[in-house]
Amino acid sequence: MRKRMSLLGAAAVIAIALTGCSGANPGGDSGSSGGSGDGSGSNAPYEVASSVDLEGSPTYDAMKKRGNVIIGVKEDQPGLGYMDAATGKRTGFDVEIAKWIAASLGFGEDKIEFKAIPSANRESAIVNGDIDYYVGTYSITDKRKQQVDFAGPYFVTGQGLLVKKDNTDITSEKDLAGKKVCSATGSTPIQNIKENFPDTKTVEFDTYSQCVEALKDGQVDAVTTDAAILIGYAAQEPDALKVVGEPFTVEKYGVGLPKGDDALRKFINDLFTNGGDTWQAIYDETLGQSGTKVEQPKVEAY
Amino acid sequence: MSDTLYDVPGPRAKARNRVLGIITILVVAAILAFIIYRFAESGQFSAAKWQIFTFPLVWQNVGIATLATLGAFALAGLLSLVLGLILSVGRMSEHKWVSIPVTLFIELFRAIPVLILMMIMYYGLPPLGVDFVTPFVAVVTGLTLYNGSVLAEVFRSGVESLPTGQKEAAYAIGLRKSGVMALILYPQAIRAMMPVIISQLVVVLKDTALGFIVTFHELLYLAKFYGSQFTYDAPIIPTTLVFGTIYIILCLILSGVAKWVEVRSRRGPGSAISAEVARTRIVAADGSAA
Amino acid sequence: MDTLLNNLDLFVGGFKTTLFLFVVSAFFALIIGSVVGAMRVSPVPVMRAVGTVYVNLIRNTPLTLLMFFFAFGYPKLDLGNVSYPTLAIFGLSIYTATYVAEVVRSGFNTVPKGQAEAARAIGLPFSQTMSLVIMPQAFRAVIPPMMSVFIALLKNTTIAAGFSVAEAGAIRANLSERGEPALVVLLWVALFFVILVALLSLLQRYLENRWRVLR
Repeated sequence: MRKRMSLLGAAAVIAIALTGCSGANPGGDSGSSGGSGDGSGSNAPYEVASSVDLEGSPTYDAMKKRGNVIIGVKEDQPGLGYMDAATGKRTGFDVEIAKWIAASLGFGEDKIEFKAIPSANRESAIVNGDIDYYVGTYSITDKRKQQVDFAGPYFVTGQGLLVKKDNTDITSEKDLAGKKVCSATGSTPIQNIKENFPDTKTVEFDTYSQCVEALKDGQVDAVTTDAAILIGYAAQEPDALKVVGEPFTVEKYGVGLPKGDDALRKFINDLFTNGGDTWQAIYDETLGQSGTKVEQPKVEAY
Repeated sequence: MSDTLYDVPGPRAKARNRVLGIITILVVAAILAFIIYRFAESGQFSAAKWQIFTFPLVWQNVGIATLATLGAFALAGLLSLVLGLILSVGRMSEHKWVSIPVTLFIELFRAIPVLILMMIMYYGLPPLGVDFVTPFVAVVTGLTLYNGSVLAEVFRSGVESLPTGQKEAAYAIGLRKSGVMALILYPQAIRAMMPVIISQLVVVLKDTALGFIVTFHELLYLAKFYGSQFTYDAPIIPTTLVFGTIYIILCLILSGVAKWVEVRSRRGPGSAISAEVARTRIVAADGSAA
Repeated sequence: MDTLLNNLDLFVGGFKTTLFLFVVSAFFALIIGSVVGAMRVSPVPVMRAVGTVYVNLIRNTPLTLLMFFFAFGYPKLDLGNVSYPTLAIFGLSIYTATYVAEVVRSGFNTVPKGQAEAARAIGLPFSQTMSLVIMPQAFRAVIPPMMSVFIALLKNTTIAAGFSVAEAGAIRANLSERGEPALVVLLWVALFFVILVALLSLLQRYLENRWRVLR
């Protein structure tokens, strides 16, 4: 027994050491994947592919040459893309989708490097080649399609409102006149508010967490973005926050890819189309925990 | 010199100074007490707010971020010095076709905010097909262009404040222009300007903090990240205190070096110019970016 | 040119906010900085110590961190709601004040010793030595470096873009969603800064020539 304890201790030390290594990668990325406890081997609903049939994708060729895959994600959206700052463990629906794609391309969890990219910099990060692909509440829009390509959608939601629990003034988007609403800089929801609700004052931050903090501090009256994200926050602090109204837009989340990589786009689209069971399993494990039932959207290949 | 503004205080002045001193202490103490009271009242000293700093991974990341900050500082500082030297030579060139473009370059990059320079690098260039711009590159380039231009002016005013006899004597003993510059003028100018140069390097160090806006993962980026972790009670103020302390320590070390160099250079054999004279001209001149 | 004309509202609004931040922060920085600068040359040791600690502490902190503290930390202290531009002005003023203080202090130092000694020799007390002899001379010496501090302040206002203030530095983020090329937007912003800085530099030169002290 005693011996076993010390073995466990040694294992823990090694785990910490490994975490250190992955944390010290050259990009100085504070949030690399870390040595999270759950291996993708046994309990994950997908397996790392051993042979990958993907020709003519410059992105995939670059990954293979590099020997790992660099994925852009969010790390401040509980339930979707979240990283526990103290343990370095990443969780959420988007993170699992990202890992699923990586696995189908033959990259296990130890070959993934996650990079947190804020909303306003997503196009730049993809165009610059900082990341191979992006999975993080990334709405498919025609404007964005001018700079990047999208696979998917893999999830559909709509713009909602998060307010303080004791707020009774705001029950839907129609009550926003004269209020201060916060969202991420350059995101679709903030543009929507500016264009369709001109009487509303807007406040913009890089991340939704800062908006939620501002909401709790009383600096803003509401936080607006996709309902999926807001539910994630409300679920964390049900005594302080609530989501009001019905989603008043339709947002389709896609996987952001470098423009022109049609081979990789088709590959991921096929993965989504043929992997309905895996998608469901991932959903049930993450966002599904909130009790909301959602169907997988049909892929819109273009 | 400020001690010559007033006489050695007599008994009445001493008493008055003591009263003023006590008032100052009281006012400062009241302000500090109020801040600490507000901190305590809003729960900033609660264990939950500081819990995040008990994890080894957090401190490990703080270490990595400090290295990222120092790395950007070291490279940008070095490149700024090199660029500054080259630009100052060009600026003082006797050929108009060299000195005019260089002057324009210097004036241009001194006028554009560093943050805008970084944004041009990070957001502006990639759509044109430039693919080597990482946040690190953007930060280092922005800092180098700005601080290189500022340092060029520092070097120039150092050289120009030297007595003309230095230059004339150097030519008289048969040195060429390059020799006059490299052997006589620059060594003296650099020595005289050392404190200004180092305080400009402190600016470089502080300005690396701008990198967080172009997603460079340095200290401030990490501070923002940890500060908004609501699972750890959003410890904004604790993180500000911790990271602020780190910055202050880093900058004080650099400033300490500056002091040491100044004292040492004063002890050495007399320089041709009074460093004080040359420096007052550019005191705080451009040193006050972030 | 289209990028500018089609989005004139954002450019004008952005630079208006920039100038607003600049003017208000300059005003407060001048007041705080003069007080601190005076403290640093005062005969009271405690005042000198307080001034020195303030200057050294703030000067060695990045402005970005100060703004960070005000934008995110201050609202946590339950001291009433303050808008983000105001919080940015707090940060800018407190930071710039240290540079103003240093300029004021070195301004006193440029006045030759003999001036103060002569003033004291004819029996002027400290207050009159300062107000009649030192200050008028120091004021002139202070103009050029003070303008440099203000130029730096103007450029520093861009940092507020990172803290939810819709000023010139934030124009790019707003326009990226309108599909405008980032480079063109940023070059326009840079150009306007060059023009503003050039205007301030001209003013600096004019004042310098007007109040030049011939010694």
